Amino acid sequence: MRFVDEYRDADIGKRLINRIHHRSKRPIRLMEFCGGHTVAIMKHGIRQLLPPTIEMLSGPGCPVCVTANADLDKAITLARLPEMIITTFGDMLKVPGSYSSLQEARAEGNDIRVVYSTQDALDIARKNPSKSVVFLGIGFETSAPTVAASVLDAEKEGIDNYYVLCLHKLTPPVMKALLDSGEVRLDGIICPGHVSAIIGSHPYRFIPDDYGIACVVSGFEPLDILLCVDMLVGQVEKGEPTVEIAYRRGVKPEGNQQALRVLDTVFKPCAADWRGMGVVPRSGLALRERYSHFDAGLAFEIETEPPLEPKGCLCGDILRGVKTPPDCKLFGQACTPVHPVGPCMVSSEGSCAAYYHYGGSDGG
Amino acid sequence: MEDKILLAHGSGGKLSHDLVEGDFVPILHNPLLAKLDDAAVFELSGRLAFTTDSYVVNPIFFPGGDIGRLAVFGTVNDLAMSGARPLYLSIALVIEEGLPRVELDRVMKSVAEATEEAGVKIVTGDTKVVNRGGADKLFINTAGIGLVPPGVDISGSRARPGDRIILSGSIGDHGIAVISQREGLQFNVPVESDCAPLHNVVADMLEVSGDIRCLRDPTRGGLASTLNELAQQSKVGIRIDEERIPVQDAVRAACELLGFDPLYVANEGKLVAVVPAENAESMVAKMRDNRYGTRSAIIGEVVSSHPGRVVMTTSLGASRIIDMLTGELLPRIC
Repeated sequence: MRFVDEYRDADIGKRLINRIHHRSKRPIRLMEFCGGHTVAIMKHGIRQLLPPTIEMLSGPGCPVCVTANADLDKAITLARLPEMIITTFGDMLKVPGSYSSLQEARAEGNDIRVVYSTQDALDIARKNPSKSVVFLGIGFETSAPTVAASVLDAEKEGIDNYYVLCLHKLTPPVMKALLDSGEVRLDGIICPGHVSAIIGSHPYRFIPDDYGIACVVSGFEPLDILLCVDMLVGQVEKGEPTVEIAYRRGVKPEGNQQALRVLDTVFKPCAADWRGMGVVPRSGLALRERYSHFDAGLAFEIETEPPLEPKGCLCGDILRGVKTPPDCKLFGQACTPVHPVGPCMVSSEGSCAAYYHYGGSDGG
Repeated sequence: MEDKILLAHGSGGKLSHDLVEGDFVPILHNPLLAKLDDAAVFELSGRLAFTTDSYVVNPIFFPGGDIGRLAVFGTVNDLAMSGARPLYLSIALVIEEGLPRVELDRVMKSVAEATEEAGVKIVTGDTKVVNRGGADKLFINTAGIGLVPPGVDISGSRARPGDRIILSGSIGDHGIAVISQREGLQFNVPVESDCAPLHNVVADMLEVSGDIRCLRDPTRGGLASTLNELAQQSKVGIRIDEERIPVQDAVRAACELLGFDPLYVANEGKLVAVVPAENAESMVAKMRDNRYGTRSAIIGEVVSSHPGRVVMTTSLGASRIIDMLTGELLPRIC
């Protein structure tokens, strides 16, 4: 299969692994920001193939995982309103909120539908003019442009029963918050591939400049990740941290200008509530005034009980890279993909789920 | 003739008779069914295998098959996985009021063709009609009986370290065919369901050696879940090799797009066998001569380490644990 097989070539992979073993002298700690990378790394067994000098940490880049319980509770409360259809990407269904999950709300008879794109959600709105259709806007800069486009389409067509619950998050501000907290010492960051396809690599410039940490944008195939690790090792060994791209087929330094324009037209930065990190200024997206009539948060009265965090769950610490899934007492015991306690065990991009599926319940 | 199925077609009255005698009996033509007695009566002697399965696939027609074909081959394959030669099937239809007659006839013709292909007979049946919304178009249950040849002892608990794992062909075809039809996804090379009867492949294998330890058809949950079941039932470890597992390019592409792992996607015409190492090569050679086993391959072996777990060697040489499917990947796939 083109565009896949060439990035999984075992011979080139083994050559890259040898090169990394040869070049990596000093112990370093790398963080993959993105949950998609965590999964790819675990799935292809990449950690086992790296030299002992390289320690890998998982970061907060799982959109479902970082959604705060208070926001999940809002979504579930919305789902229970009469004449309401909730549309969402499938990953959100099973995530436990404080008191319930969307899956449970659906089993109660509420209309919650999994869609593959915001255009499907718009279609549902067109076909159900007497109902309100809310799309759960979860995700980073990757998915936000498609949500923005759906708002523009709805505006153009005059669809007045389509709303977005806007819970989008931004990558560079949370990276900064993470580094400012000083909780984890890092030598390099595997920067997200799909987010960077939108925002480009320039927004990471502050990381080497202000924090002296190496940055390389990576794709999601094994060779992409190995090349990225090799480039990070190179930067660290030379002592010249900078921003590079190991995913040139997907990412341009300046990003996708058209997507950025659409984003900027519809959204403005706002403070956002992150699981594990709390409220981070200018790290989320809100609809601009002109499009605020699409904001489900304003259009509906959503009253929720105060959010509760599950007892003993380390998702917050795991998202900050302070703890790893096997550090959690619940991991693989009380918390499994069938009976998840925290979101990191539910999402297909969650660290705990990746450790559980590909590393076994002992995480090893 | 009504062009849609009405509640009266399941009432037991005139319309029911017209449907069964005028439609089903001629389509399925066989003397045992044509008697229309309350039970089919026939003689059999030997070790019997008996199984049942219900089919609720949505949509009822999909590339490479339909619910009728699935209902026959699914039950035939369940019998085949015990080493049995399938003989007789029952069929029960639950029809949603309003189903177009042409669709029902198309399914029943497909059932007839499938029984012909598999060499089995439908000897008894039942038809119910429920009101709109009480079912989704058409649900089918089939049960089947078959005869197990003497000396054959196949069970999920018989895998032993050193045994080889055989897979009869590429994985994921059925699941991707159904989901792409359901979601209106189109690929350059359309994926067709692998829906097929496997008892002749099994008969070919038994010709090579009667000593087959385990046989399973990896339907819902895919290859990964089947291998986990075998590892747990036999209390052994299983190691498979990523590079040896055949996956069609179109299926791989669809899985990439949809975020699925082919190891967990359903099959309806594939089998997994655990056999002693000394017979493995000759069995695979024989299977490849069968039209339903042309891509058969040895994909791994049974080991004494990590009992109850399946581990895959990735193409880069790392090891990865293959867990059982958790949750529902694709609902109503069969």
